[in-house]
Amino acid sequence: MRPFLPMCFAVTLAACAAPATVGERPDVSPGDLDKITAVLKHDFHERGQARMDRIELDAVQRLCNLHADNPPEALAKPLEEAQLKAIPFPQGNLIGDWKRGERIAQSGRGSMWSDKPGVQDGGSCYNCHQLSPREPAHGTLGPSLAGFGKLRGASAEMQKYAYGRIYNSKAYNVCSQMPRLGHAGTLNEQQIKDLVGLLLDPASPVNQ
Amino acid sequence: MNLKLALVLLLAAAPALAQQSPYAEYQRMALENAPVELFEQGGEDLWKKRQGPKNASLEQCDLGQGPGVLKGAYAGLPRYFADADRVMDLESRLLYCMTTLQGRSREAATKRVFGNADTPSEMEYLSAYIARQSNGMKIAPGRTHPKERAAYELGQKLFFHRAGTWDFSCASCHGEEGKRIRMSDLPVLSKPQYARPLMATWPAYRVSTSSFVTLQWRMNDCYRQMRMPEPLFGSETTVALIAFLMATAEGEPYRGPAIKR
Repeated sequence: MRPFLPMCFAVTLAACAAPATVGERPDVSPGDLDKITAVLKHDFHERGQARMDRIELDAVQRLCNLHADNPPEALAKPLEEAQLKAIPFPQGNLIGDWKRGERIAQSGRGSMWSDKPGVQDGGSCYNCHQLSPREPAHGTLGPSLAGFGKLRGASAEMQKYAYGRIYNSKAYNVCSQMPRLGHAGTLNEQQIKDLVGLLLDPASPVNQ
Repeated sequence: MNLKLALVLLLAAAPALAQQSPYAEYQRMALENAPVELFEQGGEDLWKKRQGPKNASLEQCDLGQGPGVLKGAYAGLPRYFADADRVMDLESRLLYCMTTLQGRSREAATKRVFGNADTPSEMEYLSAYIARQSNGMKIAPGRTHPKERAAYELGQKLFFHRAGTWDFSCASCHGEEGKRIRMSDLPVLSKPQYARPLMATWPAYRVSTSSFVTLQWRMNDCYRQMRMPEPLFGSETTVALIAFLMATAEGEPYRGPAIKR
């Protein structure tokens, strides 16, 4: 999916305008987005904590849908900066309890209509990332985070980066596939700190 | 296969299995004993059962091959139906027949569309019975009517449409080759080589939940995990996605209802 845009730029612009063939991501216009959103609004209903406002696209989703997750730098940068500015970074040490962090990373609950809001929500981290080498049942959609702190240290800057990445990954890569776990309200400040602990604490299994 | 017979064969074959891992043996046993035939039988009974205000059966329901014709019907869906002036998949078409032929209200007919291990739903039984009669036939959903083409195109766009609290689209999980969630492999469903083997086996009996699952259920449960609100049963959205997926699997011989992990 990702190589599609650069590839079609490399061929000709006309190739990009042709209708998508099977297997490719089709071009989407602002009009298409409005139409899709209208269809979803008609077809979906609120259930549990999953309210209908989730159908509405914000600026990030709009940009990524319009550009097949590969928007021009000039449009991506200002949006990334705005997302970064909106992260409420806590003061002081951001390294929480890695043991609690491990439980949060393991839990795939949170923000679904079947989840009771606020009750033991997790970050679903292991669904996509390798973290502790003791957990072989990890997904591979995201990069491996094994040895994350061992490789990078636990400086104030690194703590801030890890916190920010978990809070809102789109502040660093506007079309990142990773959910904006803090921004979305899935994880709270303490939970994100505990995950930072899991990533950076030298005693965390991630860094063994 | 008759359940007792399956058990006898299994016992007879037991010594030959000794070399395999216990897990492989468990899987084989679970698959051998999955009660798909029971669902098909239950579906046939419901197809012929008179119910609703009109006290009618579904036997005159037209699934695209003519009233009451079941052979190959599932492999030809979704398709455009002139009487309803819309594209329908198996389940939305069954719902249409329940309301028109049997006179049931949409509300009554959709009260419980997804069942569980203890009590499967009417849609699940009927899907098993009807899908079986396309076994061996090539998947060939409607592709020519303008509304069929529109459904395909909408489904294709929906597949990649990122929305919701977690910014997910179908492609977030089913968009890159060789990836997995936890230990589950993720097929890239927008590509024929992955869509074909998968779509050829739905609906299916799921061993892990002891229940029979349909494509409408699959769409519904994916949207749940995508952190979206809930799609209406048989809606334009879910039918368009099913139309896109079945079209991507076009030409594959249907071999369901299958048994899944």
